[in-house]
Amino acid sequence: LIPAIVVFLYLATVLYIGIFAFRRAKGKEEAEDYFLASRSLGPFVFLFSLFGTNMTAFAILGSSGHAFNNGIVTFGLMASSSGLVIPLTIFLIGTRVWALGKKHGFMTPVQMFRDRWECSHIGTLIFVVQAVLLVPYIIIGIMGGGTTLYTISGGLVPYWFGGAIVAMVVMSYVFFGGMRGTAWVNTFQTVLFLCFGALALIVIGVGMGGFSSAAQALQNSPMASLLTRERISPYYFFSYTFIPLSAIAFPHILIFCLTARKMAQFKKTVIFYPLCILAIWLPCVFLGVMANRVDMPEIRAKQEARRVLATQGRNMDPEHRDELREKSAGDDVIMLLLQHYAPLWLAGLLGAGIMAAVMASDSQILALSTMFTEDVFAFYGGKRRFGEAVQVQTGRLFIVLITIFAYMVALRAPETIFELAIQYAFSGYAALSPLLVAALFWRGSTKWGALAVTLWTVLTVVAVAVLQAIVPAPAPGPSTILWAPGGMEVLSRTPGGTAVFGFMPVVPMVIGSTLLMIVVSMMTRKPATSTLTKYF
Amino acid sequence: VRNLLLVLAVVVLYVLHQDIWFWRSSRLVFGFIPIGLFYQGLFSVAAALLMWLLVTYAWPSHLEEEVEEPNTREDAAR
Repeated sequence: LIPAIVVFLYLATVLYIGIFAFRRAKGKEEAEDYFLASRSLGPFVFLFSLFGTNMTAFAILGSSGHAFNNGIVTFGLMASSSGLVIPLTIFLIGTRVWALGKKHGFMTPVQMFRDRWECSHIGTLIFVVQAVLLVPYIIIGIMGGGTTLYTISGGLVPYWFGGAIVAMVVMSYVFFGGMRGTAWVNTFQTVLFLCFGALALIVIGVGMGGFSSAAQALQNSPMASLLTRERISPYYFFSYTFIPLSAIAFPHILIFCLTARKMAQFKKTVIFYPLCILAIWLPCVFLGVMANRVDMPEIRAKQEARRVLATQGRNMDPEHRDELREKSAGDDVIMLLLQHYAPLWLAGLLGAGIMAAVMASDSQILALSTMFTEDVFAFYGGKRRFGEAVQVQTGRLFIVLITIFAYMVALRAPETIFELAIQYAFSGYAALSPLLVAALFWRGSTKWGALAVTLWTVLTVVAVAVLQAIVPAPAPGPSTILWAPGGMEVLSRTPGGTAVFGFMPVVPMVIGSTLLMIVVSMMTRKPATSTLTKYF
Repeated sequence: VRNLLLVLAVVVLYVLHQDIWFWRSSRLVFGFIPIGLFYQGLFSVAAALLMWLLVTYAWPSHLEEEVEEPNTREDAAR
C-alpha cells in the first residue's frame, strides 16, 4: 500500500502544479493564452515539456515489455532511430512552423494548411483524420495509468479505478491550466522520469548483485538470442526508422512548437533530445532483457506462456494464441522488478516516475481541444458569434468529453499498449508527414495533393486494421503469406502485425503519400502567388 | 559545401543505424552490456553531436529575422 500512497501524493502534486502553481491572474480569457501559453515558454520548460509530451506509457512500460520478449533490438528499433529522426524533423520543420505561427498567428497545423493551400473543407478532413488518429494515443495513457496503479498497489486499486483516477487528474489540470499548466506538469514529469531510469538501474542492479552474472547467465542460456537482434528481421528494423516521422506530424508536437518564446529555444531541444531518449530508454530496455534472469513466479509464468506459444502456437486456435500472447506480455516487468528489489518507499517513488511517463496524454487532450475550437468552432463562425471566452469554454467542454470517451474505450480495448499505439496512430501520422514537408518546402504542392495524401492515409490505416482483424496473427515463427503473385511475397500477416514486401506497412504508406503528393500536385492548379510569397 | 557535408553526415548516420554487422553477436562489453545495445547507445551520442553540428552550422537564422522584423517595425510605429 505504501507505494500506492506515494503515487497518490505524486498525483496530488501534479494536480497542484497544473491547476494552481503557474496560473496567471484571472482576467479575460484569451484563446492564445489558454491554448498556447501566449507563445511564451522559456528554454528549460520548452525542452523538457516537448520531450515529456513525446514520452508516453510506451517509453517505460512498452519498451521494457517489448525488450523482455524481443531482446535488445527494442532500443535500436524505437529509441536510437527516434533520437536521430525526431530532432532532425524538429530542426527542419518545427522551427519553420514556429516562425509561420508567430508571423501569421496560426495555432494549429490545419490553420496553416488551409492558408497555405487555400482550402477549407480539405482542412476539415485533415482535422478529422488527425483527431481520429490521436485518440489511441490518449487511450494508451489511460490504459497505462490503470495498469500501473493496479500493479503498484498489489491489485488493491483495480484497473478500471486506476484508469479513472489518471483520467480525472489529467483532465482536471488540462481543463484549468491549459497549455501553461500542461507544460509545467510535463516539465516536472520529465525531470522525474529522467531520474527514474538511472535510479531504477542502480536499485535493481544492486538487488541482483550486479548485472555481470545475470548477463553472462543469459548469454549461456537458451535465451541468449535476447542479447542479439535475431528475433527481428533487418527489413523490419529498417522499416521502424519511418515511425519517428510521425512525431512532428502529431498535432500536439506541432502545436507545442508554437509555444516557444524565441526560435533559439529549439537549439537545446534539438541537441539534447537524443541524449534524453538515451537516458530513459537504455535502462528500461536493459532491465527488460535482464528481467528474464529474475526468479519470480509472475515472470516464470510469462516465460512459460512465451515458450508454449513458440513451440505449440501453430496448432492452436487464434483465441488461445491471443490469450497466451496476453499472458506473455511484459508491460509490467519493470514494476515487478521494482517490487522485488526496491524498498517499499523507493518503489513508490519509482512508481511515481512510471506514472509520469504514463500520464503524457495531457498534451494530446489539449491539442485535440485546441484543434476542435480553432479548426471547427472558430473556423465555422463560433468565435465571431460568441466571442473568445466562449471559445475557451468550448475547448474545456471538449476536454471533458474526449477524456470520458477515451476512458470508456480503454476499459474495453483488448490490445496491449504497444500494439495499439504502433499500428494506428504512429503509422497514420508518419503517412501524413509529407503534408508538412510539401507545405513548407515545395511551392508546387496543392490542396488536391494534400487531399490525396489524407485519403491515402485513411485508406491504408483502415486496410491494415481490417486485414489484422480478419486474419489472426500467426504464432511466433514464419508469417502467414496472404498474397504472393509469381512466388514473390507481397503481403503477409506476421506475429506482430502485417508485412508488405517484408517491410512494415508504414514504409509503403509513407512512400505512397509522397508519390501522391507529387503526382497530384503536378496535375492541379497551384495557390495564388500572393499566398506563395507568404511562405517562400 | 558545408551544407552538403552536413546532409552527407545525416545520410551516413542513418545508414550506420542499420548495424547488421552486430546482428547475431551476443558479445558483452564491460562484461554486461550486449554489443548491439552498446553500439546503439553510442549511436545516440553521435546523433546528439550531429544535431550540435546542424544547430551550429546550419541554423535557419533568416526565419528568426523575418519574424523579428515586423515586430521591430510595430514597436517603432508605437
